[in-house]
Amino acid sequence: MSKRAAVALVATAMAVALTACGSGGGSGDKAGGSGDKALTVGFSQVGAESGWRTANTKSVQDAAKKAGITLKFSDAQQKQENQIKAIRSFIQQKVDVIAFSPVVESGWDTVLKEAKDAKIPVVLTDRAVDSKDESLYATFLGSDFVEEGKKAGDWLVKEYQGKTEPVNIVELQGTTGSAPANDRKSGFGDVIKGDAKFKVVASQTGDFTRAKGKEVMQAFLKSQPKIDVLYAHNDDMALGAIQAIEEAGKTPGKDIKIISVDGVKDAFTAMAASKINVVVECNPLLGDQLMELIKKVKKGETVERRIKTVEGVFTMDQAAAALPTRQY
Amino acid sequence: MKLVTGHRLFWPAVVLIALLLANLAFTPDFFAIRLRDGHLYGSLIDILHFGSPLILVALGMTLVIATGGIDLSVGSTVAIAAALACLHISESDDPGSVGTVLTAVAIALGVALLLGAANGVLVARIGVQPIIATLILMVAGRGVAQLITDGQIITVTSEPFKLIGGGYWLTVPFSILLAAAVVLFASMLTRRTALGLLLESVGGNPVASRLVGIRAAGLIGLVYVVSALCAALAGLMISSNVSAADGNNAGLWIELDAILAVVVGGTSLNGGRFSLGGTVLGALVIQTLSTTVYTIGIPPETTLVFKAVVVIAVCLVQSPVFRAKAARRKSGARHGNRPVASKKLEVGA
Repeated sequence: MSKRAAVALVATAMAVALTACGSGGGSGDKAGGSGDKALTVGFSQVGAESGWRTANTKSVQDAAKKAGITLKFSDAQQKQENQIKAIRSFIQQKVDVIAFSPVVESGWDTVLKEAKDAKIPVVLTDRAVDSKDESLYATFLGSDFVEEGKKAGDWLVKEYQGKTEPVNIVELQGTTGSAPANDRKSGFGDVIKGDAKFKVVASQTGDFTRAKGKEVMQAFLKSQPKIDVLYAHNDDMALGAIQAIEEAGKTPGKDIKIISVDGVKDAFTAMAASKINVVVECNPLLGDQLMELIKKVKKGETVERRIKTVEGVFTMDQAAAALPTRQY
Repeated sequence: MKLVTGHRLFWPAVVLIALLLANLAFTPDFFAIRLRDGHLYGSLIDILHFGSPLILVALGMTLVIATGGIDLSVGSTVAIAAALACLHISESDDPGSVGTVLTAVAIALGVALLLGAANGVLVARIGVQPIIATLILMVAGRGVAQLITDGQIITVTSEPFKLIGGGYWLTVPFSILLAAAVVLFASMLTRRTALGLLLESVGGNPVASRLVGIRAAGLIGLVYVVSALCAALAGLMISSNVSAADGNNAGLWIELDAILAVVVGGTSLNGGRFSLGGTVLGALVIQTLSTTVYTIGIPPETTLVFKAVVVIAVCLVQSPVFRAKAARRKSGARHGNRPVASKKLEVGA
């Protein structure tokens, strides 16, 4: 049964590949194989855990359409095994390039090696993998999470400049083991380490979700006698925590200063209402950059190993002005 | 003394109290309950509040397990119910009206009824193994929830909807009252009528039950419907609490927590004997465990190990065989088995 299904799958894939060649082939051949024929790209997304991710997905899909690239999209629903399955099916379908945003950092060597053996270049987007063998992927396009953590820390240091009393910080971490959680934590930690007044009194995972962010913050509010600052690894957890802070009878943004990362629209709305103090942007709109990169990789041009997306930091006074321009 | 320690709720209660006391050691005012902004505020309230959805799901699960089945699809039902309700509210012209919210609740419960009935038909009529039958919906359901939400998190602003999971009534979180009402209703129904006995007999010995003329198929179908309805209510609570429906994460793995709650509460996975009170205690133990992790600051990397150790300890301490062995090692062979085996017989008769 599974064999038959596999055969059917391969047959379909080949048919798709043939038509793809047929449609774009005419001009492509004459141009001397400049690589303009329609590329097929397999893209495995983490999931749809947040507005940020949805914007990221949309950006990739739109950019692919614009660039005339056939995109095979697969949603991993935040599970590594789904993503590995998707990548294997991309290999079977003989796509030109595989792009994916790894759910977790480790455990990719085997499947990436399969892609390498099939001579399909791999582009990582948004999140990195933790692998000793650098030849397993061509390049990594995405945000620098350590940098984001540092930016969050920098804002905090500046905010409490000249003050000496201790600052108690609680941290809502992302999904345990994920690159943004690890890096945002370490980047932030590196910056505030230099000053003894900053103290992270509690740090737990909120799984990047609103419900968990709220639940964990409620527990923090009860177990920690004094909280000055909340550092949330993403906006959704911050938004959940804001509800918890309000229910505790405190004013978010004033009694407890809130630092968040990502920059989704809901967070800007909250920031415009003075509930979040600062948002470190993590730009999901990397579709166009990705398509450019994929074309280059396919042509065999050398690309940098690490390409960063353009990102900023937004504070409360800029929120209202920036709100209408937020796309996600 | 033996009457107290021999009671089936004794060990779950001991574990719950031990966990709460452990928290007290780290947070001195853990038991303090204050009135803030006109509602009760404190860690214990939080445990009950966040534990309410789990209590509901575990309640339905208990009834299913009592018939010898299992329902893996509750997590997906939670997500679907949440998604449907939030979608209806967000798309209506008047999201703040009570009518809209009631319609949303009706839609969610109605669809849950159908999902439960589908499970029931698969198990009771077609005879599919419960774990397989409900696995279908568990896997497919999350996809359905994402289809409904279009892969987005739907945010809703609706005061009446907020009441279900995040609001207060007479200073108490409404979800606690709702869960308590459902528990009370279910225990009345199962203990004051013959329904409980019939469920236990179907789960304990299906063949004998059929021979004495109990309509097993209808009963089994019913428990899956009840389970789905409980899950839908839990889904409404979860989404209402954060005013958002998240097709991916709402109720994720709650089926496992629910099964755990049932087991910790002393209901046998083999079916037959069940204890609703035990399940409520079990659910509270699991929620307290989460709160304990947050308050005493166990690093996220080791959270699961910590939980696993506690669960193993709970299961061991509940096992009469293990306790008897431990006691024998301590004080020689003073006495053997506890009088538990005799209790199980009351059903089969």
